[in-house]
Amino acid sequence: MLRDIILAAAALAVLLLLPVLIPHPALRDFIVYVIAYGLLAMSLNLLIGFTGLVSFGHAAYFASGAYGFGLLMQSGLVSVPVAMLAAVGGTALLALAIGAICVRLQEIYFAFITLAFQMFIHSVILTWVALTGGDQGLRGGIPRPAFLGIDLNDGRTLYAFCAVVFVVCLLIMRQIVQSPFGYTLRMIRDNPQRANFVGVNVRRVKLAIFVIASSMASIGGIVLALFVSGAYPDFAFWTTSGEAIFMIMLGGSQLFIGPLVGTVMLQALNHYVTIYTEHHGMVLGTVILIFVLGLRRGLADWVYEWFQSRNTRRMAVMAAAQLGEAKHDKLA
Amino acid sequence: MPRLTIPRLAMLKVENLSKSFGGVVAMRDVSLDFPSGSLTAIIGPNGAGKTTFFNLISGHIRPDSGRVLFGGADLVGLSSLQIVRRGIGRAFQVASLFPSLTLRECLLAAVVSHFRRSWSMLGRFPPPGAGRDADEIMALLGLTAQANVLAANLSHGDQKLLDIALALAGKPKVLLLDEPTAGMGPDERWQMIGKVHRLWEAQRTTLVFIEHDMDIVFKIAQTIQVLKYGTVLASGTPDEIRRNPDVIDAYLGTDHRLSAAVGAA
Repeated sequence: MLRDIILAAAALAVLLLLPVLIPHPALRDFIVYVIAYGLLAMSLNLLIGFTGLVSFGHAAYFASGAYGFGLLMQSGLVSVPVAMLAAVGGTALLALAIGAICVRLQEIYFAFITLAFQMFIHSVILTWVALTGGDQGLRGGIPRPAFLGIDLNDGRTLYAFCAVVFVVCLLIMRQIVQSPFGYTLRMIRDNPQRANFVGVNVRRVKLAIFVIASSMASIGGIVLALFVSGAYPDFAFWTTSGEAIFMIMLGGSQLFIGPLVGTVMLQALNHYVTIYTEHHGMVLGTVILIFVLGLRRGLADWVYEWFQSRNTRRMAVMAAAQLGEAKHDKLA
Repeated sequence: MPRLTIPRLAMLKVENLSKSFGGVVAMRDVSLDFPSGSLTAIIGPNGAGKTTFFNLISGHIRPDSGRVLFGGADLVGLSSLQIVRRGIGRAFQVASLFPSLTLRECLLAAVVSHFRRSWSMLGRFPPPGAGRDADEIMALLGLTAQANVLAANLSHGDQKLLDIALALAGKPKVLLLDEPTAGMGPDERWQMIGKVHRLWEAQRTTLVFIEHDMDIVFKIAQTIQVLKYGTVLASGTPDEIRRNPDVIDAYLGTDHRLSAAVGAA
């Protein structure tokens, strides 16, 4: 844990220093998008990579965080931190209700029903115009009144706030996957029947991680809503869930940090390819094909495996050399 | 039926257990006793209902009628989770492991579950005390050298041992082993069964195992239960079973190993 805290502090320092060293506003925007979608992808990977639950409706909770937070702030009744906590809590309750139904199903059926609930939430957002603004999204901007002397209307403060929230969320998720509970998740991923027969209540653990992952996704939505000062039905559309899955595929699902690598890659593709061509879907598709057919795994997983196999080769060479020396000694 | 052994407390007892799948009767009115600390082998031709019998005890399948008494309480109707928590451990015919974890991690995770720490999100893995339990079990089964090998990369024999080790992590009072020597060559079988026997001597759990190799069964079991078409054909000590005409009839022509074993006796 100490090592993780040190790493987190270093990551935070880098995040805070980057815009100072490269004072280009586009960089700051880019990083905030990476933070928001990174939380979406990393929380989804708690389900996909660590528990083996392929959810296709994860963006629903991203959107519920964004809309919940935006609506609370527009009501003018609460401060930013209270609205954040309430939006996360509300999402957790929503995920508890939906998850209680979803975790009863397995594999492709689980994927389908999570997708179905997401489409349901998406159509509620579209049709409940009086509350959500329908396809126009939350109109009129999201006010950001100062709290505890922190004024989020200042771009640099807003950026620093997002960075801190992000790093704290990473630490929480990291702790979860390293805890006994995290290993319980791995047992369920590998072999749910056996996990059940060493005494794990599989369904309940799945529900718990579903709620946790959804809550984390909602924080990503809140960050985005804060930053763009609005919330849009696209947040809850299936393509957003699909993008989160792409990020995991590009970055890799086996390492904790993999989905974040994928987020940077996908955001970079989205931001920069669109500058040069309007056919950015084609470029994106090609890149994904290269990873799926070429590497057959995400970038982070691929690099990690490459280092691992290099180490094993080195150890083998060293062992062989020692063996050779020993033989030589004997002969001498 | 003559009782040669001193009556002991029945740890596990099934009464009039029946189960059909559609029209097929898999288990018909089976009643068996497993005294505390006993070592019982279950034999029978393919389709005799041996694995079904285990599934009925461990709660994977619910019987149509009958009772499964464990320490006096009826287990029928409880979920497999509740049953394993009461102290019935089980290893499977095809080793059922966590392939992407190392051997030691698999065991630690199982011990964590036994400690009721599966929900601990704030602690570290492994929690204090779990390591000692896992290391003890590994030493007992001779798995210590493989501790850091991924379960997926273990040899077939070590995978079967790890499967048993996972069951042991729950400190079971009754241990059900479904063909511990399945898929092994002759030498490996004897090694495996030697380990199972030592385990039983060390822990004095009530151990029930399914086995096809008659030499092994006659050599180590205290009691043998012969199943055929879902009924108990015969029960008794190895000597009694060897001489039982029904068993000889049932096996002659279906299992040459038994006929050889019977001929030798």
